[in-house]
Amino acid sequence: MHNPQLGADGRLKHLITLDGLPKSVLTEILDTAAPFTEVAEREVKKVPLLRGKSVFNVFFENSTRTRTTFEIAAKRLSADVINLNVSTSSTSKGETLLDTVDNLCAMGADMFVMRHASSGAPYLLAQHLRATGRDHISVVNAGDGRHAHPTQGLLDMYTIRHYKQDFTRLTVAVVGDVLHSRVARSEIAALTTLGVPEVRVIGPKTLLPTDVERMGVRVFHDMEEGLKGVDVVMMLRLQNERMQGALLPSSQEYFKFYGLTQEKLALAAKDAIVLHPGPMNRGVEIDSAVADGEHAVILPQVTFGIAVRMAVMSMLAAGN
Amino acid sequence: MNIHIRNGRLIDPANQVDTQQDLFIVDGKVAAMGAAPAGFKAEREIDAAGLIVAPGLVDLSARLREPGFEHKATLESEMQAAMAGGITRLACPPDTDPVLDEPGLVEMLCFRAKKLNCAHVYPIGALTTKLEGKRITEMAELVEAGCVAFSQANTPVVDTQVLMRAMQYAATFGFRVWLQPQDPHLARNGVAHDGEVASRLGLTGIPVEAETIALETQLALARLTGVKLHITRVSSAAALECIERARASGVDVTCDVAAHHLHLTEMDIGYFNPQCYVIPPLRSQRDRAALRAALATGRINAVCSDHTPVDDDAKQAPFAESEAGMTGLELLLSLVLKWAQEDKLPLTDALARVTSNAAAIMGITKGGHLGVGARADVVIFDARAERIPTRESLRSQGKNTPFLGLPLPGTVRYTLVEGRVMFG
Repeated sequence: MHNPQLGADGRLKHLITLDGLPKSVLTEILDTAAPFTEVAEREVKKVPLLRGKSVFNVFFENSTRTRTTFEIAAKRLSADVINLNVSTSSTSKGETLLDTVDNLCAMGADMFVMRHASSGAPYLLAQHLRATGRDHISVVNAGDGRHAHPTQGLLDMYTIRHYKQDFTRLTVAVVGDVLHSRVARSEIAALTTLGVPEVRVIGPKTLLPTDVERMGVRVFHDMEEGLKGVDVVMMLRLQNERMQGALLPSSQEYFKFYGLTQEKLALAAKDAIVLHPGPMNRGVEIDSAVADGEHAVILPQVTFGIAVRMAVMSMLAAGN
Repeated sequence: MNIHIRNGRLIDPANQVDTQQDLFIVDGKVAAMGAAPAGFKAEREIDAAGLIVAPGLVDLSARLREPGFEHKATLESEMQAAMAGGITRLACPPDTDPVLDEPGLVEMLCFRAKKLNCAHVYPIGALTTKLEGKRITEMAELVEAGCVAFSQANTPVVDTQVLMRAMQYAATFGFRVWLQPQDPHLARNGVAHDGEVASRLGLTGIPVEAETIALETQLALARLTGVKLHITRVSSAAALECIERARASGVDVTCDVAAHHLHLTEMDIGYFNPQCYVIPPLRSQRDRAALRAALATGRINAVCSDHTPVDDDAKQAPFAESEAGMTGLELLLSLVLKWAQEDKLPLTDALARVTSNAAAIMGITKGGHLGVGARADVVIFDARAERIPTRESLRSQGKNTPFLGLPLPGTVRYTLVEGRVMFG
């Protein structure tokens, strides 16, 4: 099957998912990101790699943080950035996804950064661009449904590598609502590809996908058992609406059994780090003492996120 | 017209015929096999050397999209597709707009179809009005108007009291009830088999239990009411086991499988290919193997195309937002042949699943066989000649199938309806 993310030369054409991307590409992105972290420390926070290029941030689903970090990343690469909050405009007037995109192409887009509520939407876009002879336009997935959030996965890998160096000696736990989480899927794909020998997922059965172990993870329902000796704890956001259905009885009960507290964290390795993709629900999936504590690397994640997104965009621009 | 079809290999599963024999057609009916009837003078001869001559196929589920969805397909386009696919009789589900729940609508559809003079169309009436699962329809009048069975298409009856009453009422008159088992709660928002692929892609899954739970309910109510139940589009190994258990305990139930389920699995979704979005969903390899085996032994009685033409706009959307369904009239024969060839099944058995067995489920005696006196609905095809379906080659208005561009066995050369050559 043709992997639409990679060009014939094996170079990155689009970034849609980390699942199936070779280790070499993942490592290349992380390596490329490293020098970009320094750009933020310069007086002039800009490099000219994307000068004259137009990056369209097309968000069919609301987001502040991800859209902002993509915007900053593109601007630091000297691109022109256009932000479109489509969730409140065209589609509510009945326009289809591809019509919206065709219009934006006509406005001269070089790159789309897209978020969409439906899994697989960026594939549709990439295939459409290919089918209509606009293969030079890249697609960056900024989150699609429950499927993937590749730049979040990459920035998490960057963060882990920054603190832990060697992936092949780590035990990593992904905790919480894996079922609804595109972040978790991207993290698991990246961790297993980069050679982490033990990836664990921890959560109640209602929040784990069917056959999750087929993704190459060990499943734990007891958080204390699952956290024993782990080097990295990757927390997931738990959306409040999960309390409405039959998935969970209450946020209190969830916090009691799956919230990350200092007591539970004490079971992990002494130098364990704690990641969270944000925005956090303090007192639901994570206790403030942990979120603000010495193990948390949640704010560095945000900073690294910009460098990683710069790396992805510059590689795509070079690949096309 | 008098037609002489010569030199073909005549296969008529209903009459256990599989020999090199000529077929003689007089006045739209089969007049003789082998030797010409007395005084026969051919007005047309068809040389079928190297070809197979079989009864026209009977399709248990083909959406023609009329009334209401003419932008997806019309009777004209789909009748042409049926002819190109060698299908001479087809049942169409009631999920049109408006729903086939009134005799007038059914009469109109039959009238329109008859005027086109192609395949025979057998409407399946709605079991409940508007398919809402609340009130039963005027079944007896619908049958008078032309319905051969009653179904809910893809909309389950949630209220089991209503389902039981509908079955009881149908049983009163000996009407057939066709149901596709899917529990609406377990299948809520689901678009793919609840397994490895859906989990990896982040698609909402439909567990096998959505099928088996609904099926057990339907089977229990069939036992209670004594209705003639047909389960349409079985998708899982577990569902087959339920049906076997029910049969063993004396429930009279038949079932069919959609042709694409014989060949595709959840893996074929690949990178969110919306052409592989169907209801019921493509399941695991284990399920596919079980379906193929059950069809071979006859535990699954028939194969249907589950033909659902969908316009490009409705397919060019993210997987879960796209419209479910595959176009299938022109692929049914090829997909059945492919299965038979791969599993080394006698052609007679394979063709029975799309001719005589299907006709029996529909309760029709006029078609599905080539006995002397039968309506001369005939398909003449080359079982070995490879074809590659393309957008251009499909006559159906729906081009929505993942089989485009794939080499398939079987090429239809002629299709005859009541002794008239409608294709070829």
